Amino acid sequence: MMTDPLLEVRNLKVSFRTEDGTVQAVDGVSLTLAEGETLGIVGESGSGKSVTMMSVMRLITDPNARFEGEVLYKGRDLMALTQDQIRGIRGAGIAMIFQDPMTSLNPVYRVGWQITEQIRAHESISSQAARARAIDLLKSVGIPHASERVDDYPHQFSGGMRQRVMIAMALSCNPDIIIADEPTTALDVTIQAQILSLIRKLRDDFGTAVVLITHDMGVVAEMADRVAVMYAGRIVEQGSRRDVFYQPQHPYTWGLLGSIARLDRPKPERLATIPGLPPSLLNLASGCAFRARCAHRFERCLETPALLDRLGNGHLDACHLEPQAKKDARAEAAPPELVEDAP
Amino acid sequence: MSTDHDGDALLRVEHVKKYFPIRKGILLQREVARVHAVDDVSFEVRPGETLGLVGESGCGKSTLARCIARLYELTSGSVVFDGRDISRLPRRRLRPVRRGLQMVFQDPYASLNPRKRVGTIISDPLRIHRQGNRGEIKRQVRRLLELVGLSPEHVNRYPHEFSGGQRQRIGVARALALHPKLVIADEPVSALDVSIRAQVINLLDDLQDELSLTYIFIAHDLGVVRHVSDRIAVMYLGKIVEISPAEELYRHPVHPYTEALLSAVPIPDPDLSDQREHIVLEGDVPSPVAPPPGCRFHPRCRYATDICSREEPPLVAHGSPDHVAACHHPLSFSRAAAAGAPASVEDA
Repeated sequence: MMTDPLLEVRNLKVSFRTEDGTVQAVDGVSLTLAEGETLGIVGESGSGKSVTMMSVMRLITDPNARFEGEVLYKGRDLMALTQDQIRGIRGAGIAMIFQDPMTSLNPVYRVGWQITEQIRAHESISSQAARARAIDLLKSVGIPHASERVDDYPHQFSGGMRQRVMIAMALSCNPDIIIADEPTTALDVTIQAQILSLIRKLRDDFGTAVVLITHDMGVVAEMADRVAVMYAGRIVEQGSRRDVFYQPQHPYTWGLLGSIARLDRPKPERLATIPGLPPSLLNLASGCAFRARCAHRFERCLETPALLDRLGNGHLDACHLEPQAKKDARAEAAPPELVEDAP
Repeated sequence: MSTDHDGDALLRVEHVKKYFPIRKGILLQREVARVHAVDDVSFEVRPGETLGLVGESGCGKSTLARCIARLYELTSGSVVFDGRDISRLPRRRLRPVRRGLQMVFQDPYASLNPRKRVGTIISDPLRIHRQGNRGEIKRQVRRLLELVGLSPEHVNRYPHEFSGGQRQRIGVARALALHPKLVIADEPVSALDVSIRAQVINLLDDLQDELSLTYIFIAHDLGVVRHVSDRIAVMYLGKIVEISPAEELYRHPVHPYTEALLSAVPIPDPDLSDQREHIVLEGDVPSPVAPPPGCRFHPRCRYATDICSREEPPLVAHGSPDHVAACHHPLSFSRAAAAGAPASVEDA
C-alpha cells in the first residue's frame, strides 16, 4: 500500500471524565483504511470499537470527553474541523449505519423524507429529483414496491427492511466510506444473511470502503479483508483476515476464537473460556490489559506491549511473547478433547 | 446422551395452542383477529436430556416456554409434567408443580429485582415454599452461590454491583433453589459477550451433570444450541417444523427452513465461509396473524410447489423415528449432499 490510505487514524485517545475518575475508552488506536477495503473491528462490549468510530465521525458531543490524536480523511484532519466542516463530510464522504434500526430512524417522518433530507443537505437538487433518487436507492437495497414504500413511516417496516432503509440513506450521497456499527446484531440470522449479502453487493458495485464493527467473529470472517481485534481500548491484533483467523497471535484472539460454539467443527466436550472479566477502564493500570486473564503471562507483561509487526509480514500484535513461544502455546492449548460424532 | 425412546417422558406437550386476541373498539372490545403464536405444537422431553428450541424472533419459542411454565394460559392442548396434566390446574395447586419446573430468563438486567439484595432474590423461592427455617435458608443460599461460581460473601450485594454474566449466574441460582427437575432457559446467554457466554454455558453443563437436571434450552444462536442440546426442535411461525438428535440435524437437515437457517450462520473460518453455499431466504417471516395456508414456510421456500400452498404437511419420521420433519419435499440425504442449484423438485 504505497498510496495514501483513504482514512488514517493516528494514535487516537478518547477519555471520559466521570465522578469516579477518568475512563480511558480508547487508548492509542491507529488504523488505516484503503479505498474499497473492508476492515472488520471485533471486540466485546466496552472494548472501545464503537467509541473509536464515533470519534472519527465526531459524533461524541459529551462535554466530559477528551480527544487526542489525528484522524486523516483524504489528507484532512477531521479532529481539527469545525462542526460546519465536519457536517459536509458526514453523510457525503463518510456515512454511518447504526446497530438498532428501530431507534436510528425518526418515527415521525416518512422514510422518503428522511432520505431526501440528507441528499438535499449536501447537494442542490430539486425535491422531485431527490425523491426520484430516494426511490432508486430503496430499489437498490431491495425494498419491494419502492415507489409506494417511500411514503411509509418507519414503523411500517420490519427490522430487516428498516436496516435496508438505513443503508439506502447511507448510500444516498455516494460516500467513500461506510461505517457499519453492528449492522446485523439486532436481526435474525436469515435476515442478517440478507443484509450482509446486500452490503457485500453494494460494496462491490460502488467500490465503497467499509468499516464493519461487530462482536461476531463469523461475520468478520465472511466480510472483512483485514481484521482489527480490540480489547480494553486498544488494538491487540491486526492483520489480514486469513492471518488473524489461521495464525492468531494474541492470546485474547485465541480465547475469542476458542469460546465460540462453532458449527463447522466437531463439538468439543467443553467450550474453552477466557477466565474472569474484562478490566474496568477506570484508572486502568499500565501493562498488558489482558494479563490478568492470560494463561501465558510473565514478568514483561507489566510493561504495556506495543502493537508491532513481530512476524515481518504486516500482521501486527500487542503481545510480549516470542512468535515461537506463541506457536507452541497455541499448539498446546489447541483442540480440547473432541467428542467423536455421537449418532 | 440418552436417546432411548422407552422410559417415561418428563414433559409431554400435546397439541398446545396459544392465540392472542387482537381487540378493537373502546367499549365493546370486539376480537378482530388472533395472533397464532403457538399453533398445535407437540413434543416430549426425556429425563436428563437437553432439548434445544431454535427459531427466529416471533416464531413462538418464548411463548411456548411460558405456556409450559403456565406463565400463560393455554388456548388449548395439554402439558403433562412428571405424569400429571398441569395445563388446567388452578393457581394454588400449581405451586408445588412449579417447584419442579423453573425458568431462567434472557435479560439478566431485567429479570432481577434491582431493589432486593442477592440473598433475598435467591432465598425468595425457599421462603415462599417454606423450605426450612432462617438458618437453613441462609446456608442454602450460600451453597447455591458457591454452586454457580459466585462468592458466598456476595449475599448482601445488589444486582447492579454485578456484571451481566454474574447476574445470569444469580438467575440460575434462583432457578435451582428448589431442586427443580426441569429448567427452561429462555435465551440465557444471548445478552452476554462471547467470552462470558462460554462460561455460563459450561456452568449450565456442569450443573446438569451434578444435579441431573433436564433442560429446555431456547436460543436463536444455532452454534450454542448445538453445543448444549441432545435433541433440537426447530420452530417456524408457531409450528415445529423439525425435531432431531442434535448432530443429525446439523449433518442432514430435512426441512428446507432448517437448511436455510444453518446456512445463514456465519462461520468464523474465512476459507470455509468463502466456499460454502449461502442460501439467502427472500423476504421476512409472514405475520402470525394470518399465517400462509398449507406449509407456513412455502412463500420463502425454494423447493415449494403447488401442494405446499394447499396442504399442511404433517410431522413424519425421516430415517429414524427420532428425526421428524414436516415437509412435502424433504431434503433427501443425496440432495443435502449435492446442495447447490435450486433442485428440480419432485413431488412427494
